[in-house]
Amino acid sequence: MAKYSVVSLIREGLRGHAGWRRAWRNPDPRPAYDAVIIGGGGHGLATAYYLAKAHGLTDIAVIEKGWIGGGNAGRNTSIIRSNYLFDESAAIYNHALTLWKGLGRELNFNIMMSHRGVLNLAHDEHEGRQLKRRIEANRLNGVEAEWLDAREVKSFCPVINIARDIRYPVLGATLQRSGGVNRHDAVIWGYARAADALGVDIVQQCEVTGIRTENGQVTGVDTTRGAIRTPKVASVTSGHTSIIAGMVGLKLPIQSHPLQALVSEPIKPLVPCVIMSNAVHVYCSQSDKGELVIGAGIDAYNSYTQRGSLNIIEHQMASLCELLPVVGRLRMMRQWGGIVDVCPDASPIISKTPVKGFYINGGWGTGGWKATPGSGHVFADLIARDEPNAIAAPFALERFHTGALVAEHGAAAVAH
Amino acid sequence: MSGYRLSDGGLTDRGTTLRFSFDGTAMSGHSGDTIASALLANGVRIVGRSFKYHRPRGLWGAWVEDPNGIVDVAWNGRTTPNLRATTEPLINGQEVRSVNAAPTAAGDRWRKLDLVSRFLPAGFYYKTFMWPRWERYEPRIRALAGLGRLDPGHEPAADCAQVNARCDLLVVGAGPAGLAAARAAAARGETVLLVDDQDAPGGALRWRGGTIAGSDWRDWAEDAVSTIKAAGGRVLFRTTAYGVYDHGLVCAWRRREAGPDQLWRIRPGRTLLAAGAIERPLTFADNDRPGVMSADAALRYLRLYAVVAGRRIAVATNNDAAYPVAAALAQAGADVSVLDSRDDSLAMAECALAVERNTLPSAALGQEDLTGVLAGDLRLEADTLLVSGGWTPTIHLWRHAGGGLRYDERLAAFLPEGGMPAMRVAGAANGAFGLAAALADGHAAGGDDGPAPPVGEGHASYAIRPAWPDPAGSGRAWIDQQSDVTVKDVALAAREGFRSVEHLKRYTTLGMATDQGKTSNMAGLAAMASITGRAIPEVGTTTFRPPYVPVPLPVIAGRRRGQLFNPPKRLELEGRHREAVAGLREYGGWLRPSWYGADGAAAIDAEARAARRAVGLLDASPLGKIEVIGPDAAALLDFECYNRVSTLKVGRARYVLMLTEAGIVYDDGVVMRLAEDRFIVSCSSAHVAGVRMRLEEWRQDRFDPARVFIHDATAHWATIAATGPKSRDLLEATLPALPRQALDLAHMAVTETALDDAPLRIARVSFTGERSYELSVPQSAAAALWDRLTAGLATLGGCRLGLEALLILRAEKGYPIIGKDTDGLTMPHDLGMTGPMKKREDEFAGRRALFTPQARGADRRQLVGLAVDESAEPLPTGAHGYAPSGGRRRSIGYVTSSYLSPELGRPIALALIENGRERLGERIPLVHLDATFEAMVTSPVAYDPAGMRLDA
Ligand SMILES: Cc1cc2nc3c(=O)[nH]c(=O)nc-3n(C[C@H](O)[C@H](O)[C@H](O)COP(=O)(O)OP(=O)(O)OC[C@H]3O[C@@H](n4cnc5c(N)ncnc54)[C@H](O)[C@@H]3O)c2cc1C
Repeated sequence: MAKYSVVSLIREGLRGHAGWRRAWRNPDPRPAYDAVIIGGGGHGLATAYYLAKAHGLTDIAVIEKGWIGGGNAGRNTSIIRSNYLFDESAAIYNHALTLWKGLGRELNFNIMMSHRGVLNLAHDEHEGRQLKRRIEANRLNGVEAEWLDAREVKSFCPVINIARDIRYPVLGATLQRSGGVNRHDAVIWGYARAADALGVDIVQQCEVTGIRTENGQVTGVDTTRGAIRTPKVASVTSGHTSIIAGMVGLKLPIQSHPLQALVSEPIKPLVPCVIMSNAVHVYCSQSDKGELVIGAGIDAYNSYTQRGSLNIIEHQMASLCELLPVVGRLRMMRQWGGIVDVCPDASPIISKTPVKGFYINGGWGTGGWKATPGSGHVFADLIARDEPNAIAAPFALERFHTGALVAEHGAAAVAH
Repeated sequence: MSGYRLSDGGLTDRGTTLRFSFDGTAMSGHSGDTIASALLANGVRIVGRSFKYHRPRGLWGAWVEDPNGIVDVAWNGRTTPNLRATTEPLINGQEVRSVNAAPTAAGDRWRKLDLVSRFLPAGFYYKTFMWPRWERYEPRIRALAGLGRLDPGHEPAADCAQVNARCDLLVVGAGPAGLAAARAAAARGETVLLVDDQDAPGGALRWRGGTIAGSDWRDWAEDAVSTIKAAGGRVLFRTTAYGVYDHGLVCAWRRREAGPDQLWRIRPGRTLLAAGAIERPLTFADNDRPGVMSADAALRYLRLYAVVAGRRIAVATNNDAAYPVAAALAQAGADVSVLDSRDDSLAMAECALAVERNTLPSAALGQEDLTGVLAGDLRLEADTLLVSGGWTPTIHLWRHAGGGLRYDERLAAFLPEGGMPAMRVAGAANGAFGLAAALADGHAAGGDDGPAPPVGEGHASYAIRPAWPDPAGSGRAWIDQQSDVTVKDVALAAREGFRSVEHLKRYTTLGMATDQGKTSNMAGLAAMASITGRAIPEVGTTTFRPPYVPVPLPVIAGRRRGQLFNPPKRLELEGRHREAVAGLREYGGWLRPSWYGADGAAAIDAEARAARRAVGLLDASPLGKIEVIGPDAAALLDFECYNRVSTLKVGRARYVLMLTEAGIVYDDGVVMRLAEDRFIVSCSSAHVAGVRMRLEEWRQDRFDPARVFIHDATAHWATIAATGPKSRDLLEATLPALPRQALDLAHMAVTETALDDAPLRIARVSFTGERSYELSVPQSAAAALWDRLTAGLATLGGCRLGLEALLILRAEKGYPIIGKDTDGLTMPHDLGMTGPMKKREDEFAGRRALFTPQARGADRRQLVGLAVDESAEPLPTGAHGYAPSGGRRRSIGYVTSSYLSPELGRPIALALIENGRERLGERIPLVHLDATFEAMVTSPVAYDPAGMRLDA
């Protein structure tokens, strides 16, 4: 893998950038692999990278039906934090946060990881008490968290109005300083390039249409570009997880819903951090290009259409204008939707299945981006060893039988 | 300096002079100008700087397609960032500032950045800025990026109305095709809604002109508009249809001349998209120089504003549509020469000007400003170069709706393909270029099989010969002018494997600027096609997403702001509470009295004591009153509730829990049976909507909807609760007409009677542990009842009871508030309610989940009380109990409610604690925001554990 650096940029700049090579090859699928990963999103590519890097499994392929990063990986608002309420969640999201910190350098690709801080606003005393309780729960789990009163909120993020006489006054907020945002596409390309350099085949424009099994053991996949033999198949297909699981007759407790986001036109820096508000039900950050990136809740109905309905956008805009009235002079530049896979307890599935050699990583719903490196890391471990490690174990499918749910939805209404 | 205004002509009102400034320089224009036309008339060439390299940017277009004329406008004390100079009307007193440039667009201090641009190709930032970490660089890069500046001191009002509209036919675009279609449909009696983003009908006719049906196009257009109106239709100008949503919902942004903008939500029977086409640039070295402009835009500036783009004008084209432009400018007095990529064409043959055949520009000359054109060996002096690279049909809305596309080789354009149930495309948007073709297409789309309106001379031919970007060309040839993407950047993306259009877009930022690629996308994908040896349709387009043009956020948000954002629900008796100096706060969406009196703390204390010693009067109107009616009502409630309901006798009430499918306590409440087939679910006030939805869901999913009916009557009834040992006395004294048996009602009994001709429902239900009566009357009778009851309070030593005192009274009794004293893990047995799960064998919501290993397991968090020393402060709500675990602290639960009990004279607290019931008597440590505490685990019931007071 040719190294990216200022030096290589200058060298190439002097000769018309003719020397840059493909960031990753674009191979045709081979007839057999040691393992096949379905889905070239963030979690799928991370899984492949860690399988190759940490477990030496390099004769593997990532099979993507479109172009890598075209699913939720390229549609999310890239908010990263780990201040979850429950121990199990804290463990995996904090694992991810630790990996995010050095990921750009590790992949030699600038993923623009910006630990600019995430504010969760409290608009009434009840919310304030809940958030403070969360802070202590976080600290007990070794997750960094602090409480800011209204004045401290104002000095951390001056655009927030802390007047008391508004509909939703800001009484304070939790702050996770190590939370933030990054550039989702760069993460995809960085993982793809690094995995490819380790020998992983990243196959695009190739849809998995079936999974072959014999005596309860995976033997291969059918794709739009032919059959592939393999003893291990790992589905990392977010909104389409139920469809892939259906290929081996497995029914999952997952609902797929559209989730929308939108951006404003770019402006000079206005919002220095990530602002989230449950009561007003909106969240927002500002991209490095200057656009405000705005998100809210899911569309209530099930769908695979990757777009959503107008009323959600209307409420999202109203919420943002309510929370930050100054943005009323801005314009919406682009809106889109992705399909998120929501589990009953709003926590993911990282699991073996009743079919030997078939593994599932999905159900991340509205908030899986932040988990990407951690999710790929523990999932690779599960695939390689056929046994979940301590971080992955609580997210096994069995929990829907045992009732050991990780009920994060009780903890946050806007869960990104 | 080369643009100028002719001494007459155009549609501006020359009688009014408007003063404005650009980058601090005073200028003037006329009413009817856009900011762009005024800038051009004032000779301004550099209107801004590009995003990345700070290259000088001039006006390319004259309408929404222009990527360059982005300005911040201060007017009347407020600044609006990122306005399009080309579409923004000029107003007297506007201070216009270029964005991304300091101090001025012409004298931008960052312009030297372009000198190092070779080191900053597409995506360069992905390859560097990694050491030591990105945040080191980010602040400076952020400050450089972004376009306009938002004025943080100004908060615009939420005054945009939203209008719902219906019509038989929605026509988007009032050009010839749209007008013909609308006219034909209206003539057939259809109700037509015609919208257009300009301020008058005609579309391109407004600057291209033409003769229709034997007279000037204006007469025909006027006639079309009156035909539409006569048939009951409407025509909206300055209205941009910007997005199509599910089920054919079309959104349009209307800019009114007076008054705030509006959002129109249009549900048409069918939609016709006649949005025309956008002229494409030609791609050659330095084609981004100020002075290089769309030929069509130049004609538009000339005809609408009488502004001529330059004095020495070269016109470069690959199609016939640029010839009328050349002729018009020559006639206006400019020195015009023509370069054409083709050898011959109809228009070329008829052209009176000198035409350089088989020639296209290879480079634009000049530095900050255009001085000439190089075309191979040919060198032309020119201050302005007008180009036409062909036309891209405006099919955005068709794509939003999911319509297909095909690539048409002859027209070198993507055209709508296949059918859609309720949408069609006509005119230039459909590839019907030329006036006659557009009229015929629109006429047919409007539903008229007869002959289309005949047209006069002109507009006949198009005859494009594609001229796509040449990857081998020398110099920097620009594709996306706002984002600074060149052909070389596309080649670099291809070299590095970013070959899918979506990767190309994301890697180079092509098409991601505020114009969303209206002029750049086609050139970009054509470049990618030729670099990678693919055909254009193989590369394909990126997804078209709303909005077609950026839409102000308040237009989408509407009036939902402040009180209208999420209106609090208001009590019928709010006026009475205010008279009694109530402190009003929101509880579960309702504005309710927290306490009565000026001193909150003292009032809460006194109210809580009065309820224990005498009587408290509570406005409990928000309590749920969901009626479940019908022969299957009992069965439905048996399924909905954890506790069995069907065994309830008529006239009795039962406390119930409702569980989620995961067995988690969702809400609690009281179910009353008024008749065999009629129940009232009195759920908690914050959960009324949710419980109603659940009931409705079960009803529709599991029951015969004809045999059970749900009616949420919460808003129809007021409920007043009298609680305390003297509650009976209060009723007796103030409501003498009340029948005896109502007063003698047993605990958990309910009866229906009447008071002053109004129905009155009385239930013996208690939230405080004291004898209580809940009196429910229709809202219209609430004030009278409240007045009578309050009149009797003083003599009994009672008082009005606010919510805060009530919360204390509940906590003293260990009555949990669901969602506060329970969380997303709490099951009924964690609250000590094990009866139904042991006894019930029939199905109910959440049942299965109560028997999972987890539900049966040890270590569950159970509701308990926590006691601290009498003299201590109450524990902070949210404090975690902890146990040491491997050198760390592990949370074993947390405090859910905590108060100083006035009656007991000591702090009380409720908590969810792991194995709480086994820990009774144990002292546990707690921690909250760095402070530590200690408390003893107790029963949750701190007051009257034997329940003696219910009938006291
Ligand atoms: C609008 C929006 C905003 C969000 N905001 C945030 C946020 O701020 N923070 C956060 O943490 N999370 C957020 N999320 C959630 C996050 O994006 C997802 O949880 C996460 O990206 C999912 O993992 P992934 O990247 O692997 O999924 P994806 O990128 O969706 O990857 C799945 C891939 O599988 C492919 N695939 C599917 N079926 C097949 C098949 N049969 N054959 C081959 N390939 C197939 C798909 O094409 C896709 O590329 C957001 C999501 C959306 C939609």
